[in-house]
Amino acid sequence: MSIVQVLERLGHKVDYPEAQTCCGQPPFNSGHWDEARAVAERQMTIFRDAETVVIASGSCGAMVKNFYPELFHNHPREAEARALAAKTHEFSDFLVNKLAVLDVGARFPGRATFHDGCHGLRELGLKKPPRQLLRHVQGLELVEMSEAETCCGFGGAFAVKFPMISTAMGEVKCASIADTGADYVISNDSSCLMQIRGVLDRQGKSVKTLHLAEVLAQT
Amino acid sequence: MKTHAGEFNESARRYTADLPHRDLIQKALAGYYAKRDESKNRFQNWPGARDLAAEIKWNAINHLDRCLDEFVSKLEARGTKIFWAPGAQEARDYIIGVARKHKVRSIIKSKSMTAEEIHLNDALEKEGFEVVESDLGEYIVQLRREPPYHLVFPAMHLTRRQISDLFHDKLGSAPTNNPEDLTMIARRVMRRKYCEAEMGISGANFAIAETGMISITENEGNARLTTSLPKIHVAIVGIEKVLPKLSDLALFLPMLATAGAGQSITCYNTLYGGPRQPGEPDGPEEFHVVLLDNRRTELLADAEQRDALHCIRCGACLNVCPVFKNVGGHSYGTTYQGPIGSVITPHLRGLQDWKHLSQASSLCGACTETCPLKINLHHHLLHNRRNAVRALPGRLGKFLQSGFVFMMRRPKLYQLAARAGRIAQPLQRLFQGTILDPLRAWTKTRLFPPLAEKSFREMWRERKTP
Repeated sequence: MSIVQVLERLGHKVDYPEAQTCCGQPPFNSGHWDEARAVAERQMTIFRDAETVVIASGSCGAMVKNFYPELFHNHPREAEARALAAKTHEFSDFLVNKLAVLDVGARFPGRATFHDGCHGLRELGLKKPPRQLLRHVQGLELVEMSEAETCCGFGGAFAVKFPMISTAMGEVKCASIADTGADYVISNDSSCLMQIRGVLDRQGKSVKTLHLAEVLAQT
Repeated sequence: MKTHAGEFNESARRYTADLPHRDLIQKALAGYYAKRDESKNRFQNWPGARDLAAEIKWNAINHLDRCLDEFVSKLEARGTKIFWAPGAQEARDYIIGVARKHKVRSIIKSKSMTAEEIHLNDALEKEGFEVVESDLGEYIVQLRREPPYHLVFPAMHLTRRQISDLFHDKLGSAPTNNPEDLTMIARRVMRRKYCEAEMGISGANFAIAETGMISITENEGNARLTTSLPKIHVAIVGIEKVLPKLSDLALFLPMLATAGAGQSITCYNTLYGGPRQPGEPDGPEEFHVVLLDNRRTELLADAEQRDALHCIRCGACLNVCPVFKNVGGHSYGTTYQGPIGSVITPHLRGLQDWKHLSQASSLCGACTETCPLKINLHHHLLHNRRNAVRALPGRLGKFLQSGFVFMMRRPKLYQLAARAGRIAQPLQRLFQGTILDPLRAWTKTRLFPPLAEKSFREMWRERKTP
C-alpha cells in the first residue's frame, strides 16, 4: 500500500488489477519454462492496456523486463512480451529515471543501511536510484555496509533446496548489516527482506527490515 | 552408491557449518579484492578491455577450426609433435606412450587444470612414473593427496600452520610459520627433481595461432624450469585456449593477471614455439602438444552457451561467488569449481549427473558481472536448469509446477490459499523448526516472518469502497 500512497502523493492515478497473481519466476528459475510461460501469458493479458506498470520488487521486475523477452523468444506473443517489458519499471527506477523525482517528501528518523537485491542491482542496473531517494528522506541517516552488493542468499527455491548454503549467505549478509550499527535495513525486494529478517530474528538481532516504499511513504 | 548431488550436499553442509573456513576464505579474498581493483584501475578503460577481449575470443572460438589449423601447422613446421586427443583416455594413453618410449622414470609437472581434468597424475603414477608438481600450491595439495581447492589458488584453504605441519610430516622439515622458509623447503625438494626428471609436463594459458606458440604465465618460475630442463616437454592444451594473434597477449596477459590474482602482470610470461632448434644452446629435444577436446566441441555446438569456451580460467568468478565462498572448492567435486565449473561441468561430464551445481545458485549474477570475458555465467545456469528439465522432466517437479500454474491462473484460488496460509500460520508457529513443520527447510535455520493480517487486495478493496 505504501507504493500506492507515494505514487498518489505525486499525483498519479494507480490501478491494481485484482486478477493478477505471480510473474512466473518460480517455474522459470527451476527450469520449467513452459509452465512459466503459462503464468506469464496471463499477466501479459491483464496489463495489456496499462500505460506503465510499476513493480515493488527488483526480482519480479527483472523477470518481466529481462526474462519475458527471452521466455517468449520466437513465440507468437514475443512482441507483446517486449512491449510489457518496455513499459514495466521497478519502483525506484520509475521514480528516479522515469519521473525524475528524488524527493518524495518523506520523513523517517533513524539510521539505516541499504541492501541491493541482486536482480535490481545486476539485472536492472539500479545501484543509484534507491540511494538517491533515501538520501532525500528527512531525518534518515544512510550508512553503507561492506557487503551491500553481496547476495542475501534467498534465491527462491534455492533457499529451501540448499538451506545450508542459503543460511550461510544470510549470516554473512547479516553480520555486515550488524557491523554498520544501523537500526533498519532497507531494500527494494521483499524476498530478500524475508530472508534477512528470517536470519536476524533467529539471531535475536533488533535490526528491523523495511521495504523502500514503506520508508518513502512516511511523512 | 552416493550420487554426485548427494556428495555435494553432504560436503556443502560440512563446509557451511565450518566458521573458521568461512573466515579464512573471506580474509584471503579481501586481500584479492583490494589488489584486483587497484590493478583494474591501471587499465585506461577496464569495461572497454572486457568488450575487446570478449570480441577477440568470440572470433577465436567461432573460427576455431581455422585458428587451430594455423596453430598446429606453425608448430609442426618447427618440429613439434601434435596429438589431437578426442577424450581424456586418448590423451593419457598418448602421454604414457611418450614416457614409455623414452624410458622415463621421473616427471616434473607445472600447473595445469587441463591435466587435472583428465586425471593425468593418477594415470601416470599407476603406470609407475613418479610425478612431482612444481607449483608450490599444487605441490602442497599433491602432498595432501587432494585435488586443487581453486583453479588459481590450489591451496588457499590451508593455513601456514597446516602447511608447516604437512611439510614436517612428509618431508621431515622443522616447523616454521614463515612463508619464505616454507617456500625454501619445497624449493630444495623441487630443484633436485628438476635435474632428475626426464620429462616435463605443462599446461598452456593461451595458444597463439598466428605464430604457433603456447603462452604460459606464472609467478614462481617453476614452469620455465619444468619445460626447459628435461629433455622432453609435453604441453596439454584445451582446444579453446586459442588466440588469433600474438598481439592479443598485450591485452590477455594483463587481464588474466588482474582478474586472476590482482596483479598488473605475472612475474614470468613465456612463449614456447617448438623443441630445441639447430644451433640453440638449450630447450627440450622433443616438444609434444596434446590438444584436448574432451567434449568441448559439444559445447561449441551449443550456440546459446558457446561463450563458456571464452573462459581463460582466471578464477575471478569463484572469488566473487557467495556459494563458492561458503561451500569451498572441494564441495563441487569437479575439476573446475565455482560458477564456470557449474556451467561447463554438465557439458563435459553429463547434464543429469551435474545439474545440481546449476541449481545450487541464488543466481545473484556476481560471476557474470566480474567475468573479464563477459561470459553470461548466471544465465547459463538457468539454461542448464531448463535443459535438464526438458531432457528429463522429473515427476515431482512437474507435478509441483503444474499445481503452481493451476493456482496462479486462478486468482480466486490464489487468494484462498493466501487466506489459508494466514489462518494456518499460528498453528505452524507451534511446530516451527521441528520435524512436524511443513516449512522446516526454511525454519530450521531461519524464522518465518508473520504474514500480514490483511492482504493487499483486501486493503485495496476497503480503500475503493469507503
